[in-house]
Amino acid sequence: MEYFLNEQQQTLRSLARKIAEQRILPVRAELDEKEEFPWELIREMASSDLLRIFIPEEYEGLGGGCLDLCLVMEELSRVCGGVAISYGANALGALPLINYGSEEQKRKYLPDIASGKRLAAFAVTEATAGSDAANIRTTAVRANRHYVLNGTKQFITNGGEAEIYSVVVMTDPARGSRGASALIVEKGTPGFSFGKKEKKMGIRASSTRELVFHDCRVPAENLIGREGQGFIIAIRTLDRSRPGVGAQAVGIAQGALEASVEYARQRIQFGHPISAIQAVQHMLADMATQVEAARALVYAAARTIDAGAKSFSEEAAMAKVFATDTAMRVTTDAVQILGGAGYMRDYPVEKMMRDAKITQIYEGTNQVVRNTIALELLKRKAMRE
Amino acid sequence: MNVVVCLKQVPGKFKIEIDPQTGTLVKGGTDNMINPFDMNALEEAMRLKEKHGGKVSAISMGPSEAKESLREAIALGADEAVLLCDPAFDGSDTWATSHILSLGIRKLGQPDMVICGRQTIDGETGQVGPELAEMLGLPFVSCVSRIEEVAEGHVKMQRMAEEGHHVVEMQLPGVISVVKEINVPRLPSLRGLMQSKKASITVWNARELGVDVAMVGSKGSPGRLVKVSRPQRSTRQELLQGSLESQVEQLIGKLREAKIL
Amino acid sequence: MVMKSNSPGEVWILAEQADGMIRGTAHGLISKGRQLADDLGTKVSALCFGHDVAGVEGLIACGADRVYLVDDPDPVNHDEESCARELVALIRHHQPAILLASASLWGSSLIPRVAAALETGLAANCTALEIDLESKLLMQTRSALGGNVLATMECPEKRPQMATVRPYAFKRGAADQSRQGEIVRVDPEKQPVTSRTRLLNVINDLDQKVKLEEADIVVCGGRGLGKAENFNVIAELAKVLGAALGSSRPPVDDGWIAYSHQIGQTGRSVAPRLYIACGISGAPQHVAAMQTSEIILAINEAPQAPIFEVATYGIVGDLFKVVPMLTARFRELRG
Repeated sequence: MEYFLNEQQQTLRSLARKIAEQRILPVRAELDEKEEFPWELIREMASSDLLRIFIPEEYEGLGGGCLDLCLVMEELSRVCGGVAISYGANALGALPLINYGSEEQKRKYLPDIASGKRLAAFAVTEATAGSDAANIRTTAVRANRHYVLNGTKQFITNGGEAEIYSVVVMTDPARGSRGASALIVEKGTPGFSFGKKEKKMGIRASSTRELVFHDCRVPAENLIGREGQGFIIAIRTLDRSRPGVGAQAVGIAQGALEASVEYARQRIQFGHPISAIQAVQHMLADMATQVEAARALVYAAARTIDAGAKSFSEEAAMAKVFATDTAMRVTTDAVQILGGAGYMRDYPVEKMMRDAKITQIYEGTNQVVRNTIALELLKRKAMRE
Repeated sequence: MNVVVCLKQVPGKFKIEIDPQTGTLVKGGTDNMINPFDMNALEEAMRLKEKHGGKVSAISMGPSEAKESLREAIALGADEAVLLCDPAFDGSDTWATSHILSLGIRKLGQPDMVICGRQTIDGETGQVGPELAEMLGLPFVSCVSRIEEVAEGHVKMQRMAEEGHHVVEMQLPGVISVVKEINVPRLPSLRGLMQSKKASITVWNARELGVDVAMVGSKGSPGRLVKVSRPQRSTRQELLQGSLESQVEQLIGKLREAKIL
Repeated sequence: MVMKSNSPGEVWILAEQADGMIRGTAHGLISKGRQLADDLGTKVSALCFGHDVAGVEGLIACGADRVYLVDDPDPVNHDEESCARELVALIRHHQPAILLASASLWGSSLIPRVAAALETGLAANCTALEIDLESKLLMQTRSALGGNVLATMECPEKRPQMATVRPYAFKRGAADQSRQGEIVRVDPEKQPVTSRTRLLNVINDLDQKVKLEEADIVVCGGRGLGKAENFNVIAELAKVLGAALGSSRPPVDDGWIAYSHQIGQTGRSVAPRLYIACGISGAPQHVAAMQTSEIILAINEAPQAPIFEVATYGIVGDLFKVVPMLTARFRELRG
């Protein structure tokens, strides 16, 4: 399918593919096995400017948009969803700063994120709060020129590895979701520590940890936007990042599709490659069609955002739900096509299936994300009446 | 430290078609890329520049499509790129190729070092480096696996040897060829790639280089290609049969017969 | 430049030495040179750079009519530039028709300098050489394009016709100890040594005792080994056989084993008596560098793997079963 990418986007895509094939592919199984954070790969991506693309040009970035980020996510995920999300979570952590940060905050943090000197992460989820942001228990109490943070964030991607955290906390618990605020907390701030590294089903190259705040004093100027804006910042940030998760899913599915086609052509049964069997052909055809449809939807959502649309919750949500459900189906079918081999860790598709699962869960479970779509749909109908 | 890197554009995939009548190669490959060893040469040149200053010039002899490979060299950080291109050069053997390159390098001005890849993956001769050194009147060290230090007027390095490695010192200016263990070539940056699209590649033809076309190309080169053919596969192959145990025993019998055991 | 004369010049062989011993590569070259010289009706001379080199008589027994023992102008460095200069002077003086040398690291670096200086052609790493009986020209055949083609070259005008030869590509013929020949000592004009390269140190850092190029048996592993630790499986077999351990390219690229073990177009070339390929698919680039081995044993799970096309004997099976069985049997046999 022709997506009419501009010259820089085409170059970006082939560069990301090169990095994925030359640098990630040889180590992906080992990173998965050892659950190792891919620092070396992150540095390589940084020196190739991949960490610059989503940062505005004024802050030493390349001023790319959501589609640029999606192209990189897709190409990295085609080889390893775990490395890709380490890259993607950094962008997610930078988004609140890019869109809601003050001039000083942007100047302080964005150039370091652009160069890869420091990684970023985004923290909303807690034991009692995830999709239910109103139930956030981590508090930030204003004390003169500081906020004092207490509480624990859970399942934070890039936790421990990143140095710049955009954290959503309660500054006024009485106001529920309207009492939430977003704060920048730097690694190394006294009272800020990390829980153990989580052991995950998939995306095991990525690092997931708890963030623990115990009387952690953060300068008041680290507030992103205004007090009480935390919930809206979180929601809008996810609206912008969901096509990226969709792109991750498209990449994983694409990788699984390619592995399936390759295997089907090689695997001989009854004297013929199994690709000659129509049942297998139809599976491959369905997989390919679904992947392409998901890609088209993800790119369209990303372009809607890049075109400056005012509201894009629904588009972003659709892209996320459709692409991630597709990834789960396609990777499951890939394991099926590879049969016994597919179930073995010597082949990459079982990892792809494990990696795909998380895309239906994080940045809003697909059930919650469907709520968003339904809400928009019904709201529009109600407004017309 | 001014370094010239010799690059060749080679096929990334070999797709061979031979005309059985004439024994000539109709098609050799697709997906052009920079010869992998030359990427190591370029990387080493970049590292020398980063450490000691100076500039890196990439030079290639080839058809005009080879401009794309030179553009890639610029994306990776080469300061200038020169293509030696003339229909009269087609089919040059290693002597003629080295001759043309030597004239190109002289025209660029005497560098401190010329770095080549150990060999190309298509021609596979590894002869251009040493022939070039002779023509430029410079010393040469092949198969360099590590540059240890560059000091006033000389370079200390390790080269591959049958018994392991040799530590050698070479006076500068000089020519070296490098093996892949010397470094891991960097990947280009997006900014480098975008800038390289606008970069200008200098092209010099036979006249501009002062090449006597009677001495180069498929007609003038000392070495001529007579024919190409497909390698003959062994006709003695035998897949052993039976249980693995019996196959192992059969094999041992065969090796005894051949007096290898 | 040396032009063709009417009487056929000699066939010259550069016989390499290491530590005062003629290297094993020289004998096959002499045997091939003898054959070419007989076709041309001329003589074979061997040239050796060195001091008090042992085994020179063996070159005569293999078919040389004369050995030029050239006092190495710079014996410490065995400097290529000085040797090249000396070789060029000797060639200009004696005008041989053909010069052959081993495509060893030294030969591959030295000989192109000589060819460049003489403005003559040079075919690299040849695996077949023969005289075209009509034109009396040397037909030089070599592998190219990743082992996918064989290219035959000739050098119609310039002399000598020069080729480097893949180490051990030609078998040594039967030695005839009664053969007579002369040994000529050549003392180069004693110029002050002005080597621009100096050998400072030799590092014996190969992690195996048996040199790949000179081993009688090579055990080689490929991608089929699956991971770095599995090299132990074939290393054990190599140990029992006293063989050298090689690798195809993928394990080297994946960092399982050092590049010094790589056999292939971008690594080393070998031609042992027995080559055991374990889990190697048989890419042309690999095959080109080992196919002149006397016996090739391929062990691979996939019966359609191209390695079986070049193998003398093939065992289709799981290498993790077959190799330990072989190791155990060889251990029994060797006590």
